[in-house]
Amino acid sequence: MKLIFEKSVPGRKSTILGKCDVEQVSLPESMKRSAAPALPEVSETDLSRHYTELCHNVHGVNCGFYPLGSCTMKYNPRIDEEIAALPGFTGVHPLAPPETTLGCREVLDKASEYLCEITGMDGMTFQPAAGAHGEFTGVLLIKKYHDSRGESRRNKIIVPDSAHGTNPATAAMCGYQVVNIPSAPNGCVDLEALKAVLGEDTAGLMLTNPNTVGIFDENILEITRLVHEAGGLCYYDGANLNAIMGAVRPGDMGFDCIHMNLHKTFATPHGGGGPGAGAVGCKEHLKKFLPASALMDGAGELQVRSFAGNFLVVVKALTYIMTLGREGIPEASANAVLNANYLMRKIQGTFEPAFDRICMHEFVLDLSEFKKRTGVSALDVAKSLIDYGMHPPTMYFPLIVHEALMLEPTETESRETLDWAADIFRKLYDLAETDPEYMHSAPHSAAIARPDEVRAARNPILRYTAE
Amino acid sequence: MGSYVPSTREERKEMLRAIGLEDYRDLYRDVPTEMYLDRQLSLPSGMSELEVSEAMGEIAGKNRVFSTVLRGAGAYDHYIPSIVKYIPAKEEFLTAYTPYQAEMSQGVLQSIFEFQTMICALTGMDVSNASVYDGATAAAEAAAMCRERKRRVTLVSAAAHPDTISTMRTYCYGTNDELRIVPARDGKTDMDALKEMLTEDVASFYVQQPNFYGQFEDAEAIGQLVHQSGAMYIMGCNPIALAIIKTPAECGADIAVGEGQPLGMPLSYGGPYLGYMATTSKHMRKLPGRIVGETVDANGDRAFVLSLQAREQHIRREKASSNICSNQALCALTAGVYMASMGPDGMAEAARQSMAKAHYLAEGLTALPGVSLKYKGEFFHEFVTELPKADEVLSALADADILGGLPVEGGILWCATEKVSKARLDKAIAIVKEVLSK
Amino acid sequence: MNYPAELKYSKSHEWVKMQGDVAVIGISDFAQDALGDVVFINLPGVGDSVDMGAAFGDVESVKAVSDLVSPVSGEIIEVNEALADAPEMLNSDPYGSWIIKVSGITSTEDLLDAAAYEAFCAEEA
Repeated sequence: MKLIFEKSVPGRKSTILGKCDVEQVSLPESMKRSAAPALPEVSETDLSRHYTELCHNVHGVNCGFYPLGSCTMKYNPRIDEEIAALPGFTGVHPLAPPETTLGCREVLDKASEYLCEITGMDGMTFQPAAGAHGEFTGVLLIKKYHDSRGESRRNKIIVPDSAHGTNPATAAMCGYQVVNIPSAPNGCVDLEALKAVLGEDTAGLMLTNPNTVGIFDENILEITRLVHEAGGLCYYDGANLNAIMGAVRPGDMGFDCIHMNLHKTFATPHGGGGPGAGAVGCKEHLKKFLPASALMDGAGELQVRSFAGNFLVVVKALTYIMTLGREGIPEASANAVLNANYLMRKIQGTFEPAFDRICMHEFVLDLSEFKKRTGVSALDVAKSLIDYGMHPPTMYFPLIVHEALMLEPTETESRETLDWAADIFRKLYDLAETDPEYMHSAPHSAAIARPDEVRAARNPILRYTAE
Repeated sequence: MGSYVPSTREERKEMLRAIGLEDYRDLYRDVPTEMYLDRQLSLPSGMSELEVSEAMGEIAGKNRVFSTVLRGAGAYDHYIPSIVKYIPAKEEFLTAYTPYQAEMSQGVLQSIFEFQTMICALTGMDVSNASVYDGATAAAEAAAMCRERKRRVTLVSAAAHPDTISTMRTYCYGTNDELRIVPARDGKTDMDALKEMLTEDVASFYVQQPNFYGQFEDAEAIGQLVHQSGAMYIMGCNPIALAIIKTPAECGADIAVGEGQPLGMPLSYGGPYLGYMATTSKHMRKLPGRIVGETVDANGDRAFVLSLQAREQHIRREKASSNICSNQALCALTAGVYMASMGPDGMAEAARQSMAKAHYLAEGLTALPGVSLKYKGEFFHEFVTELPKADEVLSALADADILGGLPVEGGILWCATEKVSKARLDKAIAIVKEVLSK
Repeated sequence: MNYPAELKYSKSHEWVKMQGDVAVIGISDFAQDALGDVVFINLPGVGDSVDMGAAFGDVESVKAVSDLVSPVSGEIIEVNEALADAPEMLNSDPYGSWIIKVSGITSTEDLLDAAAYEAFCAEEA
């Protein structure tokens, strides 16, 4: 479809602002830009139709099943949006006098209290704007802790090789050397490998539990004990928190700090890539290092962005937590785990799970044998799902499973949807035998066919230029 | 209690049986007993939608929303066209994930490509990314782009936003690099000090335009100084001002960043906002974050994809210069709709009116006895006054439903946008006059 | 897969051809195949010094990035700038597409001959 720039007609506009009712002030010539910015010139009708057309080429959770592993694509309740759009929240200036922002303070305090209870932490910040940003904040807390104790020599962060790429990138942003340790075959921490790298230079360990293949590491208490004995701290990557709420808490597993993705676990929408909120919780001994805003709070030890973070996202998450309450929060996690196990067993017999055991909120299919036999890859299967209106699972992650498809159905899907999804996987399993060619060229009914990514990277076209 | 789990009690039992389990505890059989939570979470009981709507409405009611806002300092109360609120609320845009699957995400990808194009138009730069968290992190990420083996030090103007400086300091603390603050003189970057501080170990200098005090910096001259020293030049620009002022490209900037909140995002107690980042073709591959590129699909038709991914953390892991793996997509969409709705004329009009109203307010205030402009340079839509009885003035304004300027070192930092009518400005000035005449 | 007998190879998949006391360095057929379509190459500058075992640049494909590791220590006297505009040549003609030439060589790592390298690659794959 056309770009908004291709719909632009010189002189066309909406009338948004009236005439200026005070005397104009002219900018000195030397400070003026030489030409007006080439922004689109369109009517409101053009604009409305353009974006409506665009939104028809987007698959959201509202459109259909979205089992994207490790992303927790649960339903985003509308009431949360409605509350976050209240003028009593959107109209508040971050630097308004504190006595006029008591409601905002209450939102942050309540969300902090509830999330601390869910995770077993003692303090919380909402300044980080995303999961990766939360990781950065959490590892900085660890760094501040060691520095404050005169132990800056601790310069290594241990990361299992099954970890998400953000973990090592985060450690590097915090000035740490990354020590990768191999995982056991089930993706859990290899205790011997861990012991071998622990020492006086250990700053900490970054871990997610359940791990990236959806298995709960039963040695977790031993792992965190070993790290603490070596003088390091333990960081919990909350990517998979949706599996365990109300059943087990990272704080009770021995973690010192944690980030949560409010946009996954607490149902705030992903917005096509953001805004999210990467709330960071910590135990008592790290609380004094939590970030602050220089302008709102006065200088603190750390600051990772302006003001108080993505406040409206916190409003949505709080609305969600208050709706579910002490009964609904554990119910959400338990059913996320139930749905994952149910779907895994329904698909089993065709595509096989990489680990044949109870999974947590997500599971990994291993298509390497299937690919050897049929020539159809995990990518082909993923792209074929699109033709059925299903968003593909996460592909080729974690790296320790070849031809991996990772599915996370979440608790907000009904049994009919899971049965329907399993049927489609079975159909594709059979289709690979009879018509692999069709699958190699899938999807066939999407807005576009497979895009040429090599061409995009070799000759980058990153903005529109008029011919 | 509220719940978004669709399955009924009976269905859940059947599903458990179908996987060979008795009850929910079996699902958590890998969790050792000693840490399994054997009590209910200490949270309030769940609520119905109606109940939660009332409870949250009550909390919102404890905030005070002023009908007139004369405070900026990094968060600006511009008029937001109605359509800007409706489009990003469309559920497909709202509930989609990062557009990894291009075939199912062309709408998001195209909207980001259009946003990138608009940011390039506004800044004059060659390449924009899909946005980062906010203006402060954009500045910190830009500084990280510039560091190389021998040049590690980042310079920042003392006249930049305090939260930006503080965020940059934290990012530097992370990588064990040094941040040095170039002092301000008369509310602007001290050029003599800057010249002296641009040593061989300096990687970049960051200046904000207009700066925290609303003053226009001599951005071109600064650029020349910075480049003479061999360092990179980062400008943080207010995007509304950019509709009329010299672009970062025209000032010689290597990287242009800024806080995108004025482009259609409400104040919202500080977020979500949007950081924009743009650079020259030369530094394209150092740009962090998501970037959308144009290509063709298997049928030869135009298509958009996430591009240049080899820069990013999921491929480079510990060698990536940033761990960012998202953007503020919905905010970028909002900014895109805002810029398309306003158009080049509308944007320029918003800039000119904001500037005119701030000057009208400044003239009105400084005509009062004891009130004077703290800094004498050219300013955009913010300015600092020295003013007696500041507390009383602000509280009298608040009583009249006006959020006055922000107390800062040495005075009050005022802001006006196109949204404030002359009548309201007159009212504010009259109230200040009354307090001061008591 | 092609392993020309006249070249020597490093375990990080670079090839080396000695022309007098100048080392000509590129990446092997195995390396380009493992990377997939190369989309970008980060080249060093003439006059830069290279250290044995250290990276002197990197190559990117759509889904991967790989350091270019120098098998020798010395000074770069020539860089194949044509690769910057046409990195795909590394795919189509890996042995014709040299990347750098190094002289003033002070040390060289233990390189493999074609047969040993072929066996090494078979193990890696």
